[in-house]
Parts: sequence; C-alpha cells; structure tokens
Amino acid sequence: MKIIAANAVPEPANDEKVLKIANDADIADIARGGALEGVTRIELQFPKFTDGRAYSQAVLLRRRYKFSGDLRAIGDVLIDLLVHMQRSGFTSAVLAEGVSPDAAERQFARYAAFYQGDVLQPRPHFARDATNETASEAA
Amino acid sequence: MYQYTEFDKQFVKLRAQQFRDQLERWQRGELTDEQLLPLRLQNGWYIQRYAPMARIAVPYGEISSTQLRMLARIAREYDKPTPELLAHAQKTQDELQAAQPGLTLAAPPLRYGYGHFTTRTNCQFNWIPITKAAEVMALLASVCMHGIQTSGNDIRNITCDAFEGIAEDEIVDTRAFAEITRQWSSLHPEFSFLPRKFKIAFNGAREDRAATGWYDIGLQALKNVAGEVGFTVKVGGGMGRTPVIGSVVREFLPWDQLLNYIEAIVRVYNSYGRRDNKWKARIKILVKAEGQKFIDDVEAEYKAIVEQDGAPHTISQAELDRVQSFFVVPELKAANLPSKVNSQGQLYRRWIGQNVRGHRLPGMRAVTLSFKRVGFAPGDADAATLDALAQLADQFSAGEARLTHEQNLMLPWVFESDLPALYEAARALGLAQPNIGLLTDMIACPGGDFCSLANARSLPIAAAITERYQDLDEVFDLGPIDLHMSGCINSCGHHHSGHIGILGVDKDGKEWYQVTLGGADGSDLSGPAIGGKVVGPSFSAAEVPDVIEAMLGTYRALRLSPAEHFIDTLRRVGHDPFKAAANGARHGHKAEALA
Repeated sequence: MKIIAANAVPEPANDEKVLKIANDADIADIARGGALEGVTRIELQFPKFTDGRAYSQAVLLRRRYKFSGDLRAIGDVLIDLLVHMQRSGFTSAVLAEGVSPDAAERQFARYAAFYQGDVLQPRPHFARDATNETASEAA
Repeated sequence: MYQYTEFDKQFVKLRAQQFRDQLERWQRGELTDEQLLPLRLQNGWYIQRYAPMARIAVPYGEISSTQLRMLARIAREYDKPTPELLAHAQKTQDELQAAQPGLTLAAPPLRYGYGHFTTRTNCQFNWIPITKAAEVMALLASVCMHGIQTSGNDIRNITCDAFEGIAEDEIVDTRAFAEITRQWSSLHPEFSFLPRKFKIAFNGAREDRAATGWYDIGLQALKNVAGEVGFTVKVGGGMGRTPVIGSVVREFLPWDQLLNYIEAIVRVYNSYGRRDNKWKARIKILVKAEGQKFIDDVEAEYKAIVEQDGAPHTISQAELDRVQSFFVVPELKAANLPSKVNSQGQLYRRWIGQNVRGHRLPGMRAVTLSFKRVGFAPGDADAATLDALAQLADQFSAGEARLTHEQNLMLPWVFESDLPALYEAARALGLAQPNIGLLTDMIACPGGDFCSLANARSLPIAAAITERYQDLDEVFDLGPIDLHMSGCINSCGHHHSGHIGILGVDKDGKEWYQVTLGGADGSDLSGPAIGGKVVGPSFSAAEVPDVIEAMLGTYRALRLSPAEHFIDTLRRVGHDPFKAAANGARHGHKAEALA
C-alpha cells in the first residue's frame, strides 16, 4: 500500500483518469451510469476518521464492480486505520495533515492473519487453514 | 467453554501490543486525545468522571475459574485510586449530595478494588489508571481475555441466554454460533467505524431469556419441519432515547448463512445509517425510517454476497463442528463436601426455589449467586469475592461460571447433591440472598458516581430500595418484579424493559428521576418486548423509594391473589391506579414537568 504524506501528494500523470466519490454516494448508481469506465484511480473520502462509509464503498468497488485501478483514501487518514483500509481494498492513502508516516510500517507487520475474510484474502480464517484445532488438540 | 487456539491466543496478545503502541504514541504526543479516543474505546477504555473505566469482554457471559482469578488480581492490584484522587472524588460526590437538601438520599461511599458485572455480561473496573492500561491488557491476554470492541461504534460483545447448553427448554445451543460470530466481528476492517454501536444477541431456547427484541440484531434459534437449524432474524431493536423493538426480517435463515446475512445487514447500516445526530444513528432509526426498503436493501445485498461474492463466510460444517466441540458437557465431578444446612429450613428452601434452576441433565442444577445485597452496589464483586467465585466454580461447577444479563453470576454444572454445601459456601460469601427474579434482584448501572455520561446517580436509589425491602416475607409476597434503573438515557441499566423502570435525568444541575411502568424483555414472565411508559413528571431521589412503595401497595390492593404477578395486575387494571399512587407519593415539592 502506497502511503503519501499530506504535503507530498504527486500530481496525476496525463494518462491517469481520476474519479472522486463522496462518501455518501451510492456506488451502484455511479457504476450504472458508466462513470467507472476507464478510471485508473478512485479517491474515497474520510471526512472524519470515525466516518467509516468509505470502507464499504471500497469493498463494493473491488468485489462487485471489479475495479482494478488504484483506490485511494483521502481525508482524516490516520496510520491506525491503514490496515483496515488495505484489507478493504485501498491501495494508496494520503495521510491527514500533521500525521507522520513513521509509525505506519509497523502497523502492517503486526497481525499475521485475521479472522474474517477481506478484499485481499476473501476466505475467513476457518476456511483457509486446513489444520484448525479441535477441542482435543487445543491445549 | 471455548478454548483458545494458538491463533486465538496470539491474536489477543497482538491486540494488547497494538493498544500499548497506541497509548505510548499518545503519551509522546504523536496521537491527540481526539485521535486516541475511538482507538481506546475499541479496547474498552473510557475516560470517566474520576478515572478511566475499563470494560473487559466476557463473551456471552462464559468465564473460567482461571479468568475469574485474573479479574481478582486486577481488582486487587490495579483497581486503586491514589488517596488524593479518591479524596477528591468523594469530596465532589459529597458536594453534589449537599447541594440537594431534602431531595436526595444517603449515598454509599465510593469503593474500589472490585469488578462490576454489566447487563451486557462484561466486567468493568472503575479505577485503573491509564498508565497501567497496557500492563492490564497484557495480563488479561495471558488468560485469553481482552476488551476488543466492548465500546466504540463497532460490533460489541455478543450475548446469549445465560442458560445455553443447560436449559430444559433448549432448541439449539447457540454458543458455538455466538463464538463464530464473535470471531468474525473482531477487528472487522469494514465495520470498525459504524454510525453507532451494534449489538447482537442469540437465544437458543423456547423462552426468550436474551431479550432479543431489544437488540440491533436478535437471533432466535429454531428448527424447520425438516429438522434443520436456522434463525429467525430480528433487526432494529434498541434502547436509548427512542426505544424500539426489533422487527422480523427473516423467519428462517439457515445456520450456515449466518455470517453472510449479518454482513449484509451491517453493510447496509454502515452505508446508510445516519451520522449527523448521535441520537438517531442506531440501526433502529434506519429500519423505522425505511421500512420495507431496508429489508429489500438487505436482501439484495445478501443475494449479491451469495451470487456474486461466492458467499465466502458460509460457515462450514467443519468449523461448526470444531467450535461446537468446545461446548459439550464438561467432565462432571460432584464436590461431595459436607454441610450442616437444615434442608427443611425456610431460608434454604427459599434459596432452592428462587436461585436454583432445573437443568437439561438429570441430577444437575443451575445455581445463580445473588449479587444484590445490602451494602453493595448491584453486580459488584470485590477481589476476595472474585477469588472465592473461582474456587466455587472449580469445586462445584467444572471450573465454569456465567455472568448473567441481570448482573449476577451463575454456576451451570452443579450436582443436586452438592446444593447444601454450595449454599453454605455462598451464604458465607453473602451471595445466597434468595431474591433472584424478585424486587431486590434489580438491575442498576453504575450511574453518576462513576460515569461521566450519567445525569444522576443510581447507586443511592438501588441502596435505598434494597435497604427498605430487606424483609424476605415481604419480598416473596411481592413476587417476581423486574426493577431496572439507568443513570441516563444511554440505558445501560435497561430501564425501558423493566416492569418498573427508573431513569436519571438532569434538571437545573440536580438529580431527578423518571419512573416508567410496564416494560418487558420478552421473557415468559414479562411477555412480548415493549418499552415502559412514564408515570408522570420526574421525582426527586428522596421520593423514589416512596413512589416504588406506593405502587407496590397498589399492586397488593388490586391483585386478584398473591399468585397474580405485578406485571399481570398492571396490565389487567391499567396504569392509572399506579400512576395515581406514584404521584400521590410526592413529598410536596413543586414537581415541574420535564420537556
């Protein structure tokens, strides 16, 4: 996942087609209208980091609409959210003003795996691991 | 009980480390207070009136003796204010008291060194300093405990009927499903910042003892004509400012589709729940506002999950078998301890009648230890008691206990032959009041003594009523009554579902209380879930015990016989006589109507 400091956002290249979607927009309506065609990057909004609507938008864009371009988180992006974002399908994030990227890497290194499936790994833990312990094996 | 795998153990340890990292970055100024807030809530840490409050998860109420011992250790070693902090807190509470002459009640002094059992079967501590938070969470992780999502706008602790697996009217033991759902909901990347909190309850027996009508999602287990297991799914129940009972959205959801369907519900909620107004942000508001459209949206999303996503969270038979393998009957061994109890004595027989319940297994009983007694706030267990509970669980209940929604603790695997010895042991601990289900088995939140959300204190009210109703003959004559009290509209004391509800409200900086009647939690005794109705303008604290007494007097006067329960008399004769009695008990202060 590409982590971009607030003051280091690159200008889009000439061949990039960027679509910004408000976090109260209906993804189905947008897709139906053809707005996703040819889009290379979609930017989703976190007006406050406690407003989690964009996570569902990201999941829908990846899973239902098979969007394969860059999915970028914009707004009140804190490093504590980056793993949730990556698991929801975001591939880049612009950190909020004043948030340092220093502590970001170790957030990704912490959990080897999670219980529920996500955009990166659709199967839940119980369906991935063939050697789940039963009561007799769990010490 | 579920036994943690290596993966599960590592997960809670990493979670504790993550929280430590967040706290350290906050202490270094790398996270502001505002940024830390949702993160610490998702680990169960509130900042309260005088000290942080830590809410430790006890998933669907099940706790082992090892875990009880750790709670005892935390109560003993960490739940401690400095003398200065305690003095400051007590002084402030005393000033609050002094500012309401004639209006308030004698207040019990502030205590520390104990855990508090909540209506959501979690355990709260009120005095652990934030500087010790990381250490405490690491200790808890060592015994497979955590505070994951016990607060915050996420999927909270999942509750069940306390009697799952042992109930005589069991249809399906839903604990395995509760555990599977708990795991699925833990650190869910898409659903960690919902519009508001989200609570799920399971009920596996014929009688609804889990108040499923009052939950964001209520799941009633059933079997169809082919004998297949499924759930009736209710959505949109909740308490707070606008109490609502959940509506059925699916009569029969096959068990293996549980997570897929919940995902659909929560995704619709995350996308469309209101975020502009905290009091209108629960899913109940969305369900009421959208009606059939909500159901259609959920069904469409569920269909897409199944047909387009491939239904990845379909619960496999292998996973159900794995998790269910932990919820079998444990190795049972009678304690066979001697006792000198007079088994014909009235006190013992009353205890058998109220606190001891029949069991699915012949010769076994479920015993509820009563945490409702004079001198203690409802649901409070000090360190010595927590250690003693661990011993009782080991001796009498195969090492297992259960927190109940009514803030008591139940031992689920007791031999009938051990009842006299258990009674003696419980009595020595002060936990054998034969009052389960009766008036003094009240539910009360910690209220204004601790909680910065509270409008008023609940503990002085609870203490006054407990003290006034010490005569067991009287309490037995009054019969089963659900008395629930909350210090504020957040309703942690579930006042809406009480036959009698008491709600703290703030007026002009003083503590006032609304009294409600006729609420129900959906149990057989109470009838279908419904919110209580206010009896009139608010009362002062000092008036409340007299109001309760007056209404109970009306019950005794109007009941057909002592066999007619309070709630049935209330429903039969209507609220007016009770309202008249309540309002007639005012002390002569000018009672102003609340907006």
